[in-house]
Amino acid sequence: MSPLRFLLAVSALAILSQDILGQTSTAMKPVKGGYTLPLYGLDTAKIWVDDFLLDEHAVTNGQYLDFVNNYPEWQKSKVKGIFADAAYLINWKTDLSLGENMNPLAPVTNVSWFAAKAYCACLGKRLPTIDEWELAALASETKANAANDSAFNQQIVASYETPNTYSKPTKSTYKNYWGIYDMHGLIWEWTSDFNSVLISGESRKDGDADRDLFCAGSAINASNLRDYAAFMRYAFRGSIKANYNIQNLGFRCAKTN
Amino acid sequence: MNFRSFLPLFCIFTFFAACQSKSKPEAYACPMKCEEHKTYDHLGTCPVCKMQLVNVAEIEEPVLEEDGISEESIFNLTSSWKTQDNESITLSDLKGDVLIIVMIYTSCEAACPRLVADMRNIKEKTDNPSTKFVLVSIDPKTDTPEKLKAYANEQQLEGDQWILLQGAEDDVREFSNVLSMKYKKISPIDFSHTNIISVFDKNGILAYQQEGLGVSHEKLVNEVKSLNE
Repeated sequence: MSPLRFLLAVSALAILSQDILGQTSTAMKPVKGGYTLPLYGLDTAKIWVDDFLLDEHAVTNGQYLDFVNNYPEWQKSKVKGIFADAAYLINWKTDLSLGENMNPLAPVTNVSWFAAKAYCACLGKRLPTIDEWELAALASETKANAANDSAFNQQIVASYETPNTYSKPTKSTYKNYWGIYDMHGLIWEWTSDFNSVLISGESRKDGDADRDLFCAGSAINASNLRDYAAFMRYAFRGSIKANYNIQNLGFRCAKTN
Repeated sequence: MNFRSFLPLFCIFTFFAACQSKSKPEAYACPMKCEEHKTYDHLGTCPVCKMQLVNVAEIEEPVLEEDGISEESIFNLTSSWKTQDNESITLSDLKGDVLIIVMIYTSCEAACPRLVADMRNIKEKTDNPSTKFVLVSIDPKTDTPEKLKAYANEQQLEGDQWILLQGAEDDVREFSNVLSMKYKKISPIDFSHTNIISVFDKNGILAYQQEGLGVSHEKLVNEVKSLNE
């Protein structure tokens, strides 16, 4: 084989292996860590979050299509029952084609936690923790921490009341202080430790459930709208299982800085 | 560019195509599962219950893949774990035994000792050597194999039926999700967690879960006995 041919073969292989091993990776934005007060903790101590990187937008239908092309075990007819229930990619037409009227730029939804975890892992990324996600989501367009900005909180609550936002393309709402799009307004997102929210307050079931999280007592203590929106997110996380696939639940990936 | 420069590409494509297009041969099995997952390549009657064998594809569950692992099985998890004897294992190494699994952490003073007592109690009542009792730590940073070994001694979890596991934090989280078990670190030494004891059959499929502390083990024990029959 002549050196030229060899070079050609090698470069063709390189292109091909890139196609097999990776799909287009979303640009990531750095988020400055710090102390954050979780919505609710058994001790009121603030939690330290290290600096981290977060995808600037949620994983799209188009990107997920590339992923299932490369990893057939995550195609809807091939996924194992232990990793995803029957609603996995339920609106897709086939294993390798989106449903009609599905926008390739809209966030992928109807994906399980296992699938989201696998997607991020194959790009050398991971799912964000609840604390990381909440920290990044605190930022409005102009402030890193807009917890006390009532107009911003009003928008979040209003977005929760708007139906079918999952079908809108990513980057179609606001870009926050960190340069990250759509933290509120399109979909709800998986976090790596979503199952750390214990909502069953029954002492027979749980050693130390976050029982004050959802009973009336703490709802009264929720003094502003930010808490109200956050309560909804925590309640949602506490109610789902890792093999669930939900219409308005997608994900984005994070990475340790 | 001629054919030869495409040869490596061609090989790769054929390789992937080959993986995907391998079709399964027809297989027949007893509908009553008298011989568990034994299959025949022709029709006939079951030597145990004399029922007509049926096509495996028509039996709804468990659907066994080519590797003999059902798609609902925990043996699909590829994570690697360390035992209290510092041996590396994957969950599929436990295939063939009924598994009773609980997630705990060794510095736990409230619920875990009671869960472990429950496990000892269940072991006494089921009294079957082909049952394994698995304790998975939700605090893998603290619970090293040495620590797990000491804990096993202290809690009298001796003999090869007891398996204590340390895994990577990510894999522990994944495993907790398979069990629908919730936990959260609430201080450097404490976790809050749901108390669930899970029973898996010999193929790693979830058969029964008991929630709560101090509840009767009767159902769970009966389930384990029937899985061992």
